[in-house]
This record gives sequence, C-alpha cells and structure tokens, in this order.
Amino acid sequence: MKIFFRIALVLLTACSIQLKAISQDMMPLIKKVKEKLDKVNDYTASGTMKTDVAFIKAPLGKVTVYYKKPNKFKLKKDGGISILPKGGVTVTMNNILNEKDFIAISAGKQMIGSFMTTVVKLVPTSDKSDVVLSTLYIDETDNVIRKAQTTTKENGTYEIEMSYGKYLAYGLPDKMTFSFNTKDYKMPKGVTLDFGDEDKAKKEAAKAKKGKIEITYSSYTINKGVDDSVFSK
Amino acid sequence: MWKLLQIELFKIYRRPRTYIAFGAITAMIAIIQLGLKVDGKEYMEFVMADLGSTFSFEGNLLNGYFVCFVLLNLLLIHVPLLISLIAADMISGEANMGTLRLLLTKPISRTEFILAKFFASAIYTLTLLIWLAVLALFVSIAVFGTDDMFVMKNYYAVQISADDVFWRYVGAFGFAALAMITVAALGFFLSLFAENSIGPIVATISVIIVTTILSTMSIPLFNAIKPYLFTTHMVTWKEFFDEKVDAENNVIKGTIENPDRIITSVIVLSLHIVAFVGASIWVFKKKDVLS
Repeated sequence: MKIFFRIALVLLTACSIQLKAISQDMMPLIKKVKEKLDKVNDYTASGTMKTDVAFIKAPLGKVTVYYKKPNKFKLKKDGGISILPKGGVTVTMNNILNEKDFIAISAGKQMIGSFMTTVVKLVPTSDKSDVVLSTLYIDETDNVIRKAQTTTKENGTYEIEMSYGKYLAYGLPDKMTFSFNTKDYKMPKGVTLDFGDEDKAKKEAAKAKKGKIEITYSSYTINKGVDDSVFSK
Repeated sequence: MWKLLQIELFKIYRRPRTYIAFGAITAMIAIIQLGLKVDGKEYMEFVMADLGSTFSFEGNLLNGYFVCFVLLNLLLIHVPLLISLIAADMISGEANMGTLRLLLTKPISRTEFILAKFFASAIYTLTLLIWLAVLALFVSIAVFGTDDMFVMKNYYAVQISADDVFWRYVGAFGFAALAMITVAALGFFLSLFAENSIGPIVATISVIIVTTILSTMSIPLFNAIKPYLFTTHMVTWKEFFDEKVDAENNVIKGTIENPDRIITSVIVLSLHIVAFVGASIWVFKKKDVLS
C-alpha cells in the first residue's frame, strides 16, 4: 500500500512539473502577442459588416467599432438595425489575453491558410471566468493570433478568424470572421400571419447551422482617445 | 359617362354610412398604434423570441415601417367587409329605393350606367385605401420613426434597409388596391340580384370568408382550386417585402424574391374584375327592371 502511494505521489509531482513546464513554455509567446496588442490603448475603426446566417436575409452595413483598454468594446451600425450573435462579436483578443489566471498548454503546430501557427490552449483557473477554454493559433513570425476558438459558459462556442494587412504592427486585423452555432428557426404562422404554401428549401435553411459575421475594416484611428460615453449608450 | 360618374360619386359621399368604414379604420389603427406605443417592447420580445435566444438586436425594430406591416396584416383581411357595405349596395340600393327604373328612363345605355356605378365604387375603394395608407404608414412613421424593416416569415427573416422600403409600400398599396377592387367588383355583381342591400352585402362577406378559409387551409382536396380563388392572391402584397440574395447570401437591394408571384396574382385579380364587371353588364342588359 505504501509503495502504491509513493508511486502515485511521484506521478502526480511529475505531472504538475510537466504542466508548469508546458505553461511556462507558452507564456513568452503569449507575452509577445500581448505586448503587441498593448501598444493599442484605444481605437475607432470603420468598416463593413456582413451577416451570413442561412435563415436571415440581411444587407451589408457600415459599422464603427470602438475599443478602449482594458476590455471596453462597442460595435455600432451607422444607421439601421444590427444583428449580432449574443456575446460573440464583443469577444476580442484583448478579452482573452487579459484573463490573469490561466494555464497555457501547447497543442502543436497547424497551418491556417498559408501561415504556420503554434496552437495554444488557454484554460482559465478561475471559476468566475465566463470563458471555459480558448484555443489560439499564433503566428510566431508576426506575433499575431490568426485564429481563436473560444468556448463560453453563457453563449456557446465561437470561432474568430483574422487576416492582417496595414495594421499588422498593432496586431489589429483588416478582416475578422466570427463563426457561431445557430439554433433551429421556426415562427408560428399565427405570429407571422404568413399562411402561404411552405417552401421546402426555406424550411431546410431554417435548421441549425453555422452562422458568420464578417467585419472588413477600412481604417483605424489608434490611440487618439475614445470617450467613455460611447460604451454606455 | 363622366357626368354619370360625378353623380354616382356625389351619391356615395353624401351618405353618412360611407364614412362608417373611414371611422372604423381610423379607430382600429389608432387602437393598434396606441397598444404598440405603450407595450411595443413586450410585443417585440414576443415576436423576436426565437431569434432573441441566439442574437441581440440594436436599432429601432419597432419603427413606422414595421408597425405599418403589422397593421396591413391585420386590416387587409377586414377591409373587404367595409368595401362590400358600399359596393354591394350600388344596384340593390337603387332597386330598394325604387329609383332604378327611373334612372334607366334617362338617355344612357345600360353599359354606361353599370360602368359609371362600378367606377364610382372603385374610386370609393381607392379613397378608403389612401386613408388606410395615410394612417398606417405616414402616421406610424411620425409616431414610431423609421429604421430598417425586419419581416419575420415562417422559416426565415428579412431585413430591408430603410432606404429600400418606401417603394415597396407604394407597390404593396397599389397591389392591395387591385385586390380590394376585385372585392368591390364581386359585391357590385351580387348587388344585381337583390332588391335590398342586406342580401348582397351578407353574400359578399360570406363568399370572402369561405374562399379565405379555403385559401389558407393546407388540405390537399382544396389545393387544386386554390390558384383560382381571388382570396389566395389577395395576400400577395407581402411578396413586396422579400428580397433576393446572391450566392454569398448578400441581399440584392431593390429586388423582390418572387416577382412572378406578383405578376400571376395581378393577372388573376384583373381577370376576376373583368369577369365580374363583364357579367354585371351582361346580366343587367338582360334584366327586366321592375323596381
């Protein structure tokens, strides 16, 4: 019995040492990414937003995005109604990396488009965090996140893909694509008052699938100050 | 013909009961607008409940365009009843008062007489719809403002840009005018067969109720006759509020998803009008007018 406990103790110690080692290995890379993002105290960005959900026909819209450290984020459509997945679009890389207590685990390498990335899994250690798990695909050449998958307690799993251009030096993307899961959509005829014949193709489109929100940024105004009142409206 | 039409219009607009329909529409719209103004938030939460669990919305969803769409959905089923009050009284009313025979002693053809009476009821129908448009669209815009219009369908939702909505309402009201004139033509036709107004009015309302039930029920037995019923085509105005999308699911502004449905419905309704008015002329020419 004593021998069994000794073996178990040795194994547990070995595991914790290894976990710490993995975590420490990934921390410099995360630190580099964070340092790049930390150059930005605030920004105002303008662009276009496309809502791509099988059962929603929505026009392209001009949007203005506001960000202020540490985690204030606001997306405003310039006229018109904006439809956003609950919680998803407001998840920024800063939100993810600003989590103070997490374990970073290396999960190998993977190609994202034409970029080789290092896969890092972030597991928050605090029970209070809404994020359950984040997987980051970090491009070590430019120290930017090319893709992130985040699973939250409240709003399911989101995937964010980013492509960079003019604002690569600040770690700010030219295009962001948010992918999320949608539920089945069906409205009772008594509500829609639409008593026409049912279209099978439309019925099929209403079933749960992936939805996407694409934001293509045309310009950023960086570190010029953003009023706090923008976020409270 | 013009003189005859003027006389018929004068007769329609000097009768107090003509304004019952205007009063009823005003009251119904005011009640719905008041309800939505006071408790619109709860109504929108109920309507958007399915989408609201996945998405959050920002903007003025309960705007004038949306309110007008709700009003038209609720009212365009009931307006035919108000139209039949006048249209189904056009000939039978004269017969009831004993003035029909007197009118036909004038040097006018029976065709001219029938056409003048039908055009008068059609103009009444148009004025009623213009009044409906003023209250449902313009007053709603004034009270609730404007924004993109969000239309919920059974299996999908459509967001129409605010600057792409107005022309759709012009089209929808134009289409509704054709649909309501079809009702007026039916009521007018039935008014030939009675010497009091009650019968044709009740008959018109009954025909509309029965055919509306047949049009809305998805029973295979009735599906074969559905395309020929005018009530099936009366709701096609909603097609103006659906947009085409390209292969990447981008909305193509200024388009209608199924313009062919609108064209088909316009043809079917127009044929009904021609048939009812043509039959009215034919019956009236052969009619032995004794009252």
